[in-house]
Amino acid sequence: MPWMSPLARIRDALAGQRARDKDLRNLVSNLPYEGLDKWKQPNRHFRNNGIKTTKYSVLFFIPMNLFEQFHRLANLYFVGLAILNFVPVVQAFEPEVALIPICVILALTAIKDAWEDFRRYKSDKKLNRLPCFVYSSKEKCFVEKRWKDVRVGDFVKVESNDIVPADLLLLYTSDPNGVCHIETANLDGETNLKQRRAVPGVCITVSNTDILLIIHAVIRTGCLGFSHPDLVLKQHLVYLKGGCTVRNTGYAVGFVVYAGHETKAMLNNNGPRYKRSRLERRLNIDVIFCILLLFTMCIIGSLGHYLWLESMPSVPLYLVPQTDGHLDTPSLSSFYKFFSMIILLQVLIPISLYVSIELVKIGQIYFITNDLDLYDEETDATIQCKALNITEDLGQIQYIFSDKTGTLTENKMVFRRCSIMGREYPHKENECVRRALKMYIYKIKILMFTKSLPPNQQETEVILDQKLLRQIRGTEKIDAYQDFFLALAICNTVVVSMATAKRLRSNPLDTLSSLVRRAGSWTRLRAPITSETSANDLTTQGQSVNQTGGQTCSLHVPPQGTAPAVPAGKLCYEAESPDEAALVHTAKAYGFVLMSRTPDSVTVQLPSGAQLRFEVLDTLSFDSNRKRMSVLVRHPISKQCILYTKGADYAIMELLETPYGEKQQKAIASDTQQHLDCYAKEGLRTLCIAKKVLCDGEYESWAVQRQHALAAMDNREQLIMDSAVQIETNLCLLGATGVEDRLQDSVPDTVMTLREAGIQVWVLTGDKPETAVNIGYACRLLEQDDLVINMSCKSKVRSLISNSQRKFPLYPEVRRYSEDPRNVDTTPDISLVIDGRTLTMLMSPDLRDRFVDLARHCRSVLCCRVTPLQKSEVVKLIREKLKVMTLAVGDGANDVNMIQAADIGVGISGQEGMQAVMASDFAISRFKHLKKLLLVHGHWCYSRLANMIIYFFYKNAANVNLLFWYQFFCGFTANAMIDHWLMIFFNLLFTSVPPIMFGIMDKDVSAEMLLGLPELYRTGQGKGEYSFFTFWISMLDAFYQSLVAFFIPYFTYRGSDIDIYAFGTPLNTISLFTILLHLSIEIKAWTIVHVFIILGSVTLYFIVTLAYGVRYLNYSGYWTLQAQMVDPMFYLVCLISTVIALLPRYLFHVLKNSITCSPIVEARHLDTLEPSTRDQWIKEWRSFRGRVQDKTSDVSASPPSELKPTQSSSELNIRLGLVLFCHI
Amino acid sequence: MMASGYNAKDEDGHIAVAGLGGGALRSRKPENTAFKQQRLPAWQPVLTAGSVLPAFFIIGLVFIPIGIGLYVTSSNIREFEIDYTGVDVSSPCFNCSQNFNWNSTKPCTCSIPFYLDQSYESNVFMYYGLSNFYQNHRRYVKSRDDSQLNGDPTELTKPSKECEPYAFHEHKPIAPCGAIANSMFNDSLELFYIDPNGTKVPVPLSSTGIAWWTDKHVKFRNPGGNPNLTAAFQGTVKPVNWRRPVYELDSDPENNGFINEDFIVWMRTAALPTFRKLYRVIQKRNGLMPTLPRGNYSLDVHYNYPVRSFEGRKRVILSSISWMGGKNPFLGIAYVSVGSVCFFLGVVLLFIHHKYGNRSSSADMSH
Repeated sequence: MPWMSPLARIRDALAGQRARDKDLRNLVSNLPYEGLDKWKQPNRHFRNNGIKTTKYSVLFFIPMNLFEQFHRLANLYFVGLAILNFVPVVQAFEPEVALIPICVILALTAIKDAWEDFRRYKSDKKLNRLPCFVYSSKEKCFVEKRWKDVRVGDFVKVESNDIVPADLLLLYTSDPNGVCHIETANLDGETNLKQRRAVPGVCITVSNTDILLIIHAVIRTGCLGFSHPDLVLKQHLVYLKGGCTVRNTGYAVGFVVYAGHETKAMLNNNGPRYKRSRLERRLNIDVIFCILLLFTMCIIGSLGHYLWLESMPSVPLYLVPQTDGHLDTPSLSSFYKFFSMIILLQVLIPISLYVSIELVKIGQIYFITNDLDLYDEETDATIQCKALNITEDLGQIQYIFSDKTGTLTENKMVFRRCSIMGREYPHKENECVRRALKMYIYKIKILMFTKSLPPNQQETEVILDQKLLRQIRGTEKIDAYQDFFLALAICNTVVVSMATAKRLRSNPLDTLSSLVRRAGSWTRLRAPITSETSANDLTTQGQSVNQTGGQTCSLHVPPQGTAPAVPAGKLCYEAESPDEAALVHTAKAYGFVLMSRTPDSVTVQLPSGAQLRFEVLDTLSFDSNRKRMSVLVRHPISKQCILYTKGADYAIMELLETPYGEKQQKAIASDTQQHLDCYAKEGLRTLCIAKKVLCDGEYESWAVQRQHALAAMDNREQLIMDSAVQIETNLCLLGATGVEDRLQDSVPDTVMTLREAGIQVWVLTGDKPETAVNIGYACRLLEQDDLVINMSCKSKVRSLISNSQRKFPLYPEVRRYSEDPRNVDTTPDISLVIDGRTLTMLMSPDLRDRFVDLARHCRSVLCCRVTPLQKSEVVKLIREKLKVMTLAVGDGANDVNMIQAADIGVGISGQEGMQAVMASDFAISRFKHLKKLLLVHGHWCYSRLANMIIYFFYKNAANVNLLFWYQFFCGFTANAMIDHWLMIFFNLLFTSVPPIMFGIMDKDVSAEMLLGLPELYRTGQGKGEYSFFTFWISMLDAFYQSLVAFFIPYFTYRGSDIDIYAFGTPLNTISLFTILLHLSIEIKAWTIVHVFIILGSVTLYFIVTLAYGVRYLNYSGYWTLQAQMVDPMFYLVCLISTVIALLPRYLFHVLKNSITCSPIVEARHLDTLEPSTRDQWIKEWRSFRGRVQDKTSDVSASPPSELKPTQSSSELNIRLGLVLFCHI
Repeated sequence: MMASGYNAKDEDGHIAVAGLGGGALRSRKPENTAFKQQRLPAWQPVLTAGSVLPAFFIIGLVFIPIGIGLYVTSSNIREFEIDYTGVDVSSPCFNCSQNFNWNSTKPCTCSIPFYLDQSYESNVFMYYGLSNFYQNHRRYVKSRDDSQLNGDPTELTKPSKECEPYAFHEHKPIAPCGAIANSMFNDSLELFYIDPNGTKVPVPLSSTGIAWWTDKHVKFRNPGGNPNLTAAFQGTVKPVNWRRPVYELDSDPENNGFINEDFIVWMRTAALPTFRKLYRVIQKRNGLMPTLPRGNYSLDVHYNYPVRSFEGRKRVILSSISWMGGKNPFLGIAYVSVGSVCFFLGVVLLFIHHKYGNRSSSADMSH
């Protein structure tokens, strides 16, 4: 490398920094500089494509990791203590020994970090080694390189099904139109294909290297300018983002713009989020209590030492002077003793608690992810736990905010009904056939045991309405119908791909269809299974219609007439939204087959078999403001300019052509509106289809404007939207469609169960109120007998609300209702339906308190037409005002805000991509999984962790207090009667594993009971098991037990010739037994693992202590345990102390379980029964409750005692019922 | 289910796609094992009055006899205690306790007469007891060098820092070093039986067998292999407070130096500030004679050990031997009371079980 002055180097580095920081990127092709030294490369300032996501390097792992770990306050405290050990005047233990616990904990954490980092390193390495093709000017062809060698300014060729290595500027594709299809599943999980067009005007061929050489790109955020002798253009930048996969395209060539860490994919990758659970926040408060306790104890010790020294008449024999022969004054000495005490009693602050909690959570997550019930066969997906440290929050949820589409429903759209030109086609056969089909599919599933059904399969099952079919074929009014279906086929962004394309995803489809073809018996079923069979079905039906009708319509040509180039069955549609796919499939079923789509044209095959190629003039894509999309095409025959628009009904209805006396149009519009309302009531998603014919002049003038908007540098989005709005006027209504979004499996059941568990379920949806209310009823969010308060801007509530000075009128009414004595023991069954605009008003500062108050009294709340932002605002409002634990569940990008605002975000990996999943803490594949996740795992995780933490505090306090009591008998000199090694082992070895096991594996109630009796979930809500009360009870217990464990041996050995360590041995042993037996009392379910670990701990204690007593000659307590173990007194003391120490807790549990009526205790009683008896119990009990609910809906209710179903079981039922009520 | 899946695939073996689809994607389905599904067979005890009743009665029934046994054993132990501190003016040792000087060469002796109204039939342990002596003071406990005591020759001449300031005296290493050794109890006690005719008959006191066997034979060792202890301890000095060097503690070479049992006993620091340490054993001589017949005795004390500085007391205890050590009724009482309490609780629980038990066990009754 040639010499370069350091100054020049610095200048160069600074220049590089500037170049990187500027949002203007000046890129030059690397080709002319190939082979030159690195510092001569023009793009040297930009990062290369190697990625490194590891946090540490091998060399600096230890210092960096330590630095990281010391950011934690707790660790700093422990290090401070360790340093204190080295201060000579404090003279606690051997300082080196005191370092062991902190070192073990740091090492454990470091090992965990190192392992995680190593995994990152391995995945990085794999990624960096992937091959790709880079153009080399020497070789005059693309040569294979590794990903990490790709640099900014290179030309990269990506072949079909390859992953794009870096952010590329697409220059050339093998497609003649310069189109490249990409799949972004790696980035956002969306599996549909997207089109990208090569930069127009630079459609260079690879052989034309001259152009490649002189390309010089200037990129300003989002826009690209080429300075090139021949072409200077500004264009909206089209990237191939790194991480996408190229599909359906031979190959594509691109210019590397961003590489490595500067790619969009890497910038969006924020790594895991850190959330703090509520339990942990409470825990920190208790740690502070412990610190206060520790200080109190140390001050007592220090004062005691002072008084003890003061009480001495002269210097006694046992007072050892300092090295230089003088004695410290009592006050100084007691000052030092304060610190010695801190070191002696430091264990009171649970040093290993944090590490143990992390280990427990890893264990809990292991069990959650391994749960078979949370596994979805169809998508082969288990639950993913993204946030590792909030498992216990799952057990405390009070509010669930759910999205509707894709979360409660499957988001697999099925075309159900349509209305064309004011006439309704109900497609009634759909219903029964689908039922048959479902059965059939189920059978196939079992037969094939394939993991998934094709996603498209559901969408294709369209049963044709005979009347409509006749309409299409038989009447003269072909135009409108034809237009309707043409609109369905054209007005979308569906991409057609061939089923033959190499896509693993589509394999099951083939499997299914081939299977169906083989199994001849299936064809007898009326249900068309795949698009292919449905097409066949259609034709046969069509023929039969023809035969019966006896006339041949111009459009209909028998299928054998013209053989299409591609068999219709092989078409595969890739839609951005399932609605679109459903509509396209419908059109196809009726014979209007979308054959191909390029940016410039759409080819549609008509029922006649003729193919029409429409020239696409423009596509006005969907946005949430307009709520519609349009495609502007030129008809190949009439050469007319036609705008097809499709959108939400209210968005379209407003734009209809104002009919001058055209009564027909008006009638159509009102009829259609009627149908739409009817559809919405049925819970269908509605879309309106409209068209507009433009004259050429109109189009020309608009097109100019559109070009301006597209080319604008500032405010571009707004301009584009404006231009779209401008042309979407005076539409002519064609018809409307009703698409069904079916409820997911067992959603009503799940919603019911969650509500019984004391969780309020809110649904926040973007749909219209009618649809939402319908779905609400369908999923039993709303009950028929509910008092539904409908708040929308149109109703009079508006005036009441806007007049906010007056008292919110509904609230007192609601309160009166819920406080009505007749309704006391029921959950309030008031439901609230709010629409988006009203919600905006309610969220205003002066009304929000009342809104929250009202909502709290409602059993369920449904918010319709809410925006993503509103969703998150609602969640935040409830979370902050009511101080409750919230969970948000959703599947789409519009739920991301909400998911992030809630305490726990749950993403559903469904049809709408992965944004929700990526933002979530837990990702599930079905809504019903929520039930087990919360009721079982949530409950378990919470109760396990809460009990484990309480136990941990207790354990350390019980053990360390022994030392404290001893201070009263050793002149408060901070001496210990247990060897310091054994003390450290005690916490690190003998008593560390059982609580961790307890936290991972304990089961207070079985999963069946938790699912059967959702009320049990309520124990965790609110404060739950880990409260101020339970913490102090267990601390008191710790004090009591340590008093017993100290003073029973004390009184036994008082005045005898026992030496320090011989005295400490029974104390330590009693402590161990007490602590382990205490845990045994707390363990609710014993498995072989529990037995093994508890016994193992005891054995380990004896083995280590015995070995230590033999091996270690310098130990003053040499042979102590051995000597003790041959002394019967040792066993007698241990036995009685343990019994006395545990008696209160044992008794407490016994009395609690015998006398009080806590649901958990009841459930545990039931759990001991045989499964069959137990199930019967649960059933009986549930039916009883069902009756209670029936009763409450009937206001003239009778007292519960009259509800006795039969005399034999009534007693039981009443008891259980009472149990539950007393808890509610 | 897995099996059926496999069979199905076999039947349709020639459908290539099915094989491909199934083979290319490894199922992420969790294993259906009892452990992973948290379905390990478990025992779920529910502590209720009914189920724990037996435990309480058993505890009661076991503890009360144990307690009675302990109490009887304890009361059968004969203990006789003489306080010879000399705090009272009337006490024979008053003079000695007042004029104490570590350096005085002339030992102060005093003699305390006492009367045993019951004879000791078997072996008798003779303890000395100190009270208010904090042998468990943190610095005191640490002020020793176990390696030195184990006969490590390098540690002999270079005592550990823990021994400071009793490690060196006039630049010579102290053996044994440290505060514990320095403050060793050095009263010598002799017991005389006073014949009815007035002659003082010395009671033979055995000074061996008072320390733990492991301490004497493993933990404590004299330095070097040299049988001549004087030579072995060459170059060291005696602890400041001692009158004789360590190698002159006893005339018996097996009980001299670091393995002197009085020394070993002292080095096992007491757990509590009031303690006793075994001083001598009075062996039973022959079958018929009691070890200590009833009658008058005299305790002759070479009063060397000062306790006035910490208001301590010095005692001599004569105790008969039993398996439970010294006389202490506490444990017996504790057992009896805990046993009774448990029994009583058992009765209470029986009552509770009777009253509420139907409620808890009605589940069983209903079916």
